[in-house]
Parts: sequence; structure tokens; C-alpha cells
Amino acid sequence: MDAIGILPLDMAVGAILLWMVLGLSGLVLQRLPHLITGIIFPLGALAALAVAGTGLWALGEPPGVAVLPLGLPDLPLHLRLDPLAAFFLILLGGASFGVSLFSAGYFRAMAGGTLGLLCLEYHLFLASMALVLLADDAYMFMVAWETMALSSYFLVTTDHHVPDIRKAGFLYLLIAHVGAVAILLSFGVMQGGHGIGAYTFAAMREAHLSPFWSSAAFLLAFFGFGAKAGMIPLHVWLPDAHPAAPSPVSALLSGVMLKTAIYGMVRVIYDLIGNVRWEWGVLVLAVGAATMLFGVLFALMQHDLKRLLAYHSIENIGIILLGLGMSMAFIGLGHPVAGALGLIAALYHTLNHAVFKGLLFLGAGSILHASGLRNLNDMGGLIRKMPKTAFYFLIGALAISALPPLNGFVSEWLMFQTALQAPTLTNDIVRSLLPLFAATLALAGALTGMCFVKVYGIAFLGRPREPHERPSTPGTGHDPSGMEQCGMAWLALGCFVLGLFPSYVMLMLNRVCVSLTGHGLSAGALTGSNWLWLVPTASERASYSPIVFMAVIVAVMLLTFLLVRRFYHGRVRFCDPWDCGFPAQTPRMQDTADAFGQPVRHVFGPIYRMHRELPGPDDPAPRFFLKIEDRHWYWLYLPTARLAEFASSKVALLQHGRIHLYLIYTFITLLVLLAFV
Amino acid sequence: MSIPFTTQIIYLLASILLLVAFAMLSQRRILSLINLFAWQGLVLSVSTFVVAYSTAQHHLYYSAVLTLLLKVLVLPWLLHRLIRKLNVKWDVETLINIPTTMLVGIALVIFAFNLAAPISQLSESITRGLIGIALASVLLSLLMMITRRKAVPQVVGFLAMENGLFFAATSATHGMPLVVELGIALDVLVGTFIFGIFFFQLRETFDSLDITHMEKLKDDNS
Repeated sequence: MDAIGILPLDMAVGAILLWMVLGLSGLVLQRLPHLITGIIFPLGALAALAVAGTGLWALGEPPGVAVLPLGLPDLPLHLRLDPLAAFFLILLGGASFGVSLFSAGYFRAMAGGTLGLLCLEYHLFLASMALVLLADDAYMFMVAWETMALSSYFLVTTDHHVPDIRKAGFLYLLIAHVGAVAILLSFGVMQGGHGIGAYTFAAMREAHLSPFWSSAAFLLAFFGFGAKAGMIPLHVWLPDAHPAAPSPVSALLSGVMLKTAIYGMVRVIYDLIGNVRWEWGVLVLAVGAATMLFGVLFALMQHDLKRLLAYHSIENIGIILLGLGMSMAFIGLGHPVAGALGLIAALYHTLNHAVFKGLLFLGAGSILHASGLRNLNDMGGLIRKMPKTAFYFLIGALAISALPPLNGFVSEWLMFQTALQAPTLTNDIVRSLLPLFAATLALAGALTGMCFVKVYGIAFLGRPREPHERPSTPGTGHDPSGMEQCGMAWLALGCFVLGLFPSYVMLMLNRVCVSLTGHGLSAGALTGSNWLWLVPTASERASYSPIVFMAVIVAVMLLTFLLVRRFYHGRVRFCDPWDCGFPAQTPRMQDTADAFGQPVRHVFGPIYRMHRELPGPDDPAPRFFLKIEDRHWYWLYLPTARLAEFASSKVALLQHGRIHLYLIYTFITLLVLLAFV
Repeated sequence: MSIPFTTQIIYLLASILLLVAFAMLSQRRILSLINLFAWQGLVLSVSTFVVAYSTAQHHLYYSAVLTLLLKVLVLPWLLHRLIRKLNVKWDVETLINIPTTMLVGIALVIFAFNLAAPISQLSESITRGLIGIALASVLLSLLMMITRRKAVPQVVGFLAMENGLFFAATSATHGMPLVVELGIALDVLVGTFIFGIFFFQLRETFDSLDITHMEKLKDDNS
């Protein structure tokens, strides 16, 4: 490729331009919706594949730089494609390829005008995310970042005629902008008053900040990117906005957009600020652990499938932050090799989450499309009507529950391996904290498993809970069309590939890590890891082979199958299950999603804010009612809103509506300025 | 040190300008107010003429003619027409009674002179004592805008403020470039037209030109 003079960066820019053109042509083709779904979305998927390929290619190349002849006078736009950006391009391209394929089938029923706008915003969203990854100056970064926020806002409010969705969109926009302001301030701090030329990332890398100012820059960036990533206490937009969007968009928001915030954190903390301090790591660890636990506990309480998945996104962001925090603590304390492992674990989980959360959201979208159901308490027995969706969803559920040999396990295992490096530390605080956080991670993993047992068991197994056919949803329950299945199959394949060949991913991430921190994995890990074995530190300490694991699972299954078929009776019998001596059973008597979460609700009672209405046994019209609310609203958001309202009501006193008073204000200001200035 | 004759005339005109400003502050009738405004414009025009003559700057002649046309003839005529149409010839209600306003005005003049003293030391021009007077007339016009209840006197106050600024510009720094002056003149003219339209709207909405009615326009959320 070098012979014809194309660089990875050129290819990435080309793909971005293609996305923009596709988006605009979607707007032009409003009258021909079948062309939009039939041609534009598949082409967009191809562009996504090109982006992923570019990322793979650029990982091995030295960083490419370009200056675009766009932007304000004397402020040209800088682009740079280094291994970190390349890795996130793989994530973006890989996940959005599947989602775009799925969209090509999913949006087929949508009206032309809405579809045209959606197509524009969708591709603009993808292009702006790619630009965020490629940006090499603060100006370009903020422009791309804001474009991303705005286009995703319009995607979230696709169904803007529903008041709740408008509200969710507003909340999202508000928090996104609070975060953007913090990011902008952080760039300002890093620029350090070196004049207008210092807005490039190259200049920020060179700048040496005092510990106070670098901490300020870190805190601002952590807050700003955290708002976008959905870490607590800035997460409240996420469970509202993700379910409000159409399902493929939710998949992109959760799978990819949250990851741009992680990208921003890694970029600013490791690359731009540079000398990481271990105190920052402890802060990130604590916030990450809290986010993770909060996310999974609230996910267990949800009965809206998409909302549940959104809370799991919060949890996974917490896991990623946990990895980043460990890495920062290790690096800050002078253990760059362990720090590299933590960073690799975090980035690996970022990629994994993009794949399996995308898959799960697409599965939820298929269910919603086919049956019109979002409430888990109404579902049941979907495995018979939608066997393929059930299969893909099962893969996603296993992956997110971190079960081997799928991908979720690998990254969480790497995190535990990082935590096990704690005894090498000399700092007592961190050494005693790390096992605690690792235990939290284990708890969250177990609760995630429980949550997906609940989702899968309630939605796909059992019998339909809604006995009467609903006339408003014709065609209840069928597998989605070919395009949609292709999209899900691609992501499911990703779950397997990332799970079965972790060594390659780890070595790939090692390059990212070396380019960022200057340190990589230990020699034992590099020589020990091959296609069969994954060795994070040294082969005598720990190693893992997903392929052996997979082989054992397959062998045991085959053996059991053969044994049952050959040596047992081998017949399939259909009969009624044991009814516990109570013959009049209805599907309504199955375990529900709310009931499944009840033990957790009791154990972790103080975390929730519950409103319950339990009918008594002699109530003639019994009505069960349960509402779980987020305490953050009550101790943080509502007081903040009240404070803002109070302050603005005081300021509003100035506004009398009397011109004389306004003139007097002017007059007094003039006099004071004349007298003192 | 003997002061040149032209400078003495400029000082005289400046004091007349200040006197007219006080007269406007104390005037109760709208018609007389507009006439006073026209007089002020005339004084301004003559002083610009004298400055132009004494410093031999030709573009100031144009300024003087422009001021004469605009502030002595066109604007008063427009305002006269306006009040005839609106039929509000007589009363000017003030928020603060007139003697108090005058006392405040005197305090403002002292303030302005104190303020202008250090600036005057820096100025090399022949008419350096005039900055205080110009500043005082600006402040007095602003005071008039504050103390009047009806809309028309407020506009007159606004225009008089512009006169004060213009006086400062010509006497202290020998005038602004002609382009700027033309621009300002046009602005004032357009502003007056807009105010005229605004008056009609105001009367149609509230049946009065009393701007205290505009309090109702405020977003009421209490």
C-alpha cells in the first residue's frame, strides 16, 4: 500500500467523508426510503469496515499526522493517527459495522422523512466519533465532540413527539454540555497560558505543569469525560437516554459513544498530562468501583429491558474505570509493567463491552420490533418464536456475565491478574485497597450473572405472560430479517473471536500501551503468549487457554449428548411438569422480573429509594406497585436545581420591567466606572 | 496668558450648552423641551463652526453643516410632527420633583469637572477645559432620561446625550473622521424614526405614552 502513497490516515479521512456524504444523500433520498435502508446503510457499514481495517493497519505503523486546511484563520485543524486512536477506530468500525447492517433491516418500516433525518444524524454521529479519535488539537477535538453530542441528541429524540423522550434528551444534552465545559477548561489548564499556538495536543504534551495544575487538569478531564461516560454521580442521563433512542442507536450510544469518553480520559491522562500520580488512580478506582456496584444493583431492579441494559453500561464503565485506576496507581507508584497490564485490561474491556453490549441492544431491539414489548414482566417464551434472536442474545448474555470462553471473561480475568500484582507495591494504602476493589469486581460479576439469568430466563424461557393477543402489535414474535441477523451474527462472532484469541488482542494492545507510556508487558508475558495460551505476567504464575476451555466444554457436551442418546432411552417425552399439587396454573404465576430481584432488593435495601404498595390478602381489588428511584436525584440533582432556581429568582428581582430602573442601573454603572477606572 | 478670541467664544458656547442642558432638565412642557433641544443643536453647530475656523480643519465645516441640518431642523421638525400626531403637547411628569433634580444635576457637574481635570492636563488642544462640560452635559441628559415618565422626553434626553458626545469629540479632539460622523448622524436619524414607530405602538397597546405601563410586559412568575 505504501507504494501507491496511501497512508492509514488518508483512508480514515476518506471513510469519514464517505459517512458524511452518505448522511447527506439520506436527506436527499427522503422520498425513497427503501433506497436508504437498502443502499445507504449497507454502504455505511462498508465504510465502518474500512475504518476498522484502517485501525488494524495503523496499529503497526508509526503515527501519521496531517494538518487540514480548514478551521479558523491561524487555527488549522490537526489530525493524528497513533496506536491509541487506531485501537479505538477498530472498536468504532467493528461495532458500527454490525449496527449499520442491523439498521438496514430495522429501519425498513420507518417513514421517509424521519428516516432521512435519522440517516443524516446517524452517519454524522459516526463521522464525528471518528473525528474525535483522530483530533490532534483541542479545537478540532471540541468541535468533533460537540458534533457528536448534538447528533446523538437528535438521535435520542427521534421519537420527539413523546414528552418523556424529549425530557430524556434534554437531560442528556444538559449533562453533556456540563461535561464539555469541564473538558474545555481542562484543555485550557493544560495549555497553561502559552498563547494561541499551544492548543495542539503536541504542545500540551511538551508543556510541564506543576503538580497542582496537572491535578486540576486531571480532575476537570475526569469530571468532563466521566459525565459522558456515565460514571456516578453524573450517570442520571444514561438510563433515560439509552432506552429512549431507537435500538440500533442505543447500541451505538452504549457500545461506542461511551467509549469515546474512555478514549478521552486515556488520551488526556496518559498522553497529554503524562506523569500520572497514584492519588488520581485511587480516585478513579473508588469512583469506578462505586459506579460498577451502583450500575449492577440498579440493573437488577429494572424490568424495562433497554433500561436494564443501560444500567449495565454504567456498570461496565465502572469496570473499565477500575482497570484504568489500577493502572494509574501502579504507574504512579513506579510499577509501569503492572500499570501496562491494567491499561490493557481496561482497553480490552472497552472493546469487549462495545461488542457484547451492541449485540444485547440489537437483541432487545429485535424483541421490541417483533413483539412491541419492553417490559420483561410481559415477556416469556420468546425462545420458541424467535430462536435465532434467542441464540444471539444468549451469546451476548454469556459474554457480559464474564463466562469463559467468551470475551467478557478475558478482560475481567486480566483485571484480577492486575489486582494480584498488589503485593509488589510498597504503598500500604493502595496495597490494602486493591484486593477490596477486586472483591467488588467479583461481586459485580456475580450480580451481572444473576441479572442475565433473570433477563434470559424471564424473557426467553417459560411461557408467554401476556395471555391475550394484542391486536395493536400484528405479527407478534418472529425472528428479524436477514440483514438484522447479519448484524447480530457479526457481533456474536466478535464475542467469540475476542474470547478465543486473546493473545493477539493483548499483543495489539501492548503496542498501544508502549506508545502511550513507554512501557509494555513483561518479557514473560510476551514470550509466553501464543495462539493457545494467554499469559499476562509470567507463564509460571498464571495462564489461560480459552481454546482448551472451549474444547473441554464441547467435548463434555458431546459426551453427555451421546451418553443420553445411546445409553439412556434417547426419546423425547412431552408431559406436564409437576404442578406441586395445585392444578390451576396460569402463565401469570411464573416468576417475574421484579420477583427475581427481590432478594437483592432486601440485602441492598438502603441503596434504593423504594415506593411499594403491597395489597393485603382481603383486598378486593389488589394492585401491586413498586417503584425504585435513584437516590442521587434527591441528594444531588434536586438540591442543585433548587439552588439554581433560588439564585435565578434573586437575580430576577433586578428585572422590574421599569425603564427608569434600567436607566438608573446604566447611570450608576457609568458613574462608578468613571470614578474608579 | 491671554486667551485667543475664538477660544473665548468656544468657552462661551460651551457654557451656553451647559445652561441649555439645565434648562432642559427643568422644563415641564414637551414643546419647549423640543425647542430647547433645537437651541442646543444650534449652539453645537456654531461651536463646531468656530472650532473649524480656528483650527482650519475643513471637514469640521461639513460637520457643522450636518449638525445644523439634522439637529436644528430635521429632528425637531420630526419630533414636532410626532407630538402633534400623538396630541401630547403639555404635561411632562417627572418622577423626582424639579428642584431635587437640579440639585442632583449640580452634583453631577461637579463630579464631571473633577473627573475631567486630569484628562484636561494631558490634552494639548486649545479647548481642553471643555471636556468637563461635555461630560456634564452627557450625564445631565442621562439624568433627564431617568427622571422623566413619558416616552417623548426620554427620546429627547437620548438625543441630547448624543449632542454632548459630539461636543466632546469636536472640542477636545477636533472632531472624528467624517465617515464616523456621517454614520452617527444616520444612526440618530434612524433611531428617531424607530422611536416614532415605537411611540405609536405604545399608544395603541396601552392608550398612553406612560412607559410605566411597560412593567406589565415582564414575565410574571411570582
